[in-house]
Amino acid sequence: MEPILTLRKVGFRYGAVWAVKGVDLEVFPGEILGMLGPNGSGKTTLLKILDGMLLPHEGEVLVRGKAMVNLKRGDIAKVIAMVAQENFFRFAFSVLEVVLMGRFPHLGRLQFERDRDLNIAVNALRATHALELSERSIHELSGGEKQRVLLARALAQEPGAILLDEPTSFLDLKYKKELLDLIAGLTKEKGLGVVVVSHDIDLVSQYCDRIVMLKHGSVHLTGTPDQVIDAASIETVYECAVFVDQNPLTGKPRVSLKP
Amino acid sequence: MSLVMALVLFLVGLASLLLGTAEVPFGKFMALASGSLNADDPARLIVLRIRLPRMILAGLAGFSLALGGVVFQALLRNPLADPFILGVSSGSAFGAIVGILLGFTFSVGIPFTSFAGALLAVYLVLALGTKKMGMESATILLTGVILNAFFTAVIMFFISIVADSRLHTMLFWLYGDLSQSRYASLVVLTPAVIAVSIILFGFAKELNLITTGEEIALQLGVDVEKAKRVCLVLVSLLTGLVVSFSGLIGFIGLIVPHLARMAFGSDHRLLIPVASLGGATFLIAADTLARLLISPGELPVGVVTAFLGAPFFLYLLGARGSQWSRS
Repeated sequence: MEPILTLRKVGFRYGAVWAVKGVDLEVFPGEILGMLGPNGSGKTTLLKILDGMLLPHEGEVLVRGKAMVNLKRGDIAKVIAMVAQENFFRFAFSVLEVVLMGRFPHLGRLQFERDRDLNIAVNALRATHALELSERSIHELSGGEKQRVLLARALAQEPGAILLDEPTSFLDLKYKKELLDLIAGLTKEKGLGVVVVSHDIDLVSQYCDRIVMLKHGSVHLTGTPDQVIDAASIETVYECAVFVDQNPLTGKPRVSLKP
Repeated sequence: MSLVMALVLFLVGLASLLLGTAEVPFGKFMALASGSLNADDPARLIVLRIRLPRMILAGLAGFSLALGGVVFQALLRNPLADPFILGVSSGSAFGAIVGILLGFTFSVGIPFTSFAGALLAVYLVLALGTKKMGMESATILLTGVILNAFFTAVIMFFISIVADSRLHTMLFWLYGDLSQSRYASLVVLTPAVIAVSIILFGFAKELNLITTGEEIALQLGVDVEKAKRVCLVLVSLLTGLVVSFSGLIGFIGLIVPHLARMAFGSDHRLLIPVASLGGATFLIAADTLARLLISPGELPVGVVTAFLGAPFFLYLLGARGSQWSRS
């Protein structure tokens, strides 16, 4: 299977300090890839390299086998969608207008959205259970509603991969589960490659097919949750004593802080 | 909606041709329009030689300034942005005043020096403001403001040392003077306005996305650097060209975009045309008033736009809010 995104020996530095160094990574269709690591381990930098916001100083990024540096922003946006952690809307766009923005890379300069684009936006809103919000102003939405709308915008791009930066950080338990179930369903159904950056180890353990654990800008471990999450690896990477057992409901590793 | 606006524009334009120090009765106007008016009737001279070119200049200037304001406010995500933000106003004023001092005429010399001054200012802002930081909005704004302050000082210096009739000319220019309109200048201006507004309209979707943040716009596929470069340069050139013929007309480029947002929402594919047409209508109306209020004398049009526009805008701001959400 051809990976949607490939990182080869990627390095990025702020000034003289390497934030990311020698990272190899592939994102395949139909999988949720979790990215774990403490603050400053390079998760956010890596995510920005994956969506082309930062150009690596070393190595290369391939989008469906093509070097990202040779692609236009519009072509990248047809393959990679990003749901950022913070979203601020200066003006009161309606929810439908926001989702239609996802169609931008598919439209010509003087072209208005066609019926096809409207259908795609409506279907995306339906898929994220946000269709009833479509006439509302983006300013009136709760955190959970806004997150679903932004996911719908990402889907409207019809991308191969969706990158999510701390998608659940502003959500309560119910919305957290709802959003992640949604993402898991869409991943299988549409064959998307999904990358989730999160601080919530249990959540990543439960929902991700594969995990990359970062330490000081390099890949410390990579593999299935069972292979990556154990007391030794967490203590090494997070420098914090933990107890790891198996979640009796899912069979996935579960992390508890030692008192 | 655009149809209603076009109708209002037409009516305001008609009024501006009929009203003035010398009344032109409607019957005579119709005779002129149908071609049956005597060739030596003074109404012919007044309407065709004086009021029509002046009305067209007012329309083009209002159109361009409102267009520039809409684009800059979106591009820089700043409610205080107007088309002069890159220092165009003070640069062109500097050029115009140098032209007036040198005794140039309003037909060629002053527009030329004024446009050269605008180009100088825009060049300086883009060269200095984008050197270190790329095209970062706050740096560009700040550089523009500082450059404006510098040129304003130079202008005040010239005004202080001039005591003759040129002082009156300078002051009128600084507050907008549409009385010097000639068909020859409209031939230069009209195609420029049309071309630039079509290109800018082509960036309407990009502007929508840029208002939600530059990084998000990039992620959605917008070439943000290109959009900024094209829009900043085109708006500034158009503004510089317009004011080189019209003098500095403030306020329209700031207020009309806000009014359009209050009335029509946030989609720039709608905002760009309605704000531009609104700007044209507003300036033609203001200029007609400027000619009428102290007739047979006349006011600089900038005095009317600000004197009537500011209270009206403050009232709407109080009643409706600005549509700009806090950051």
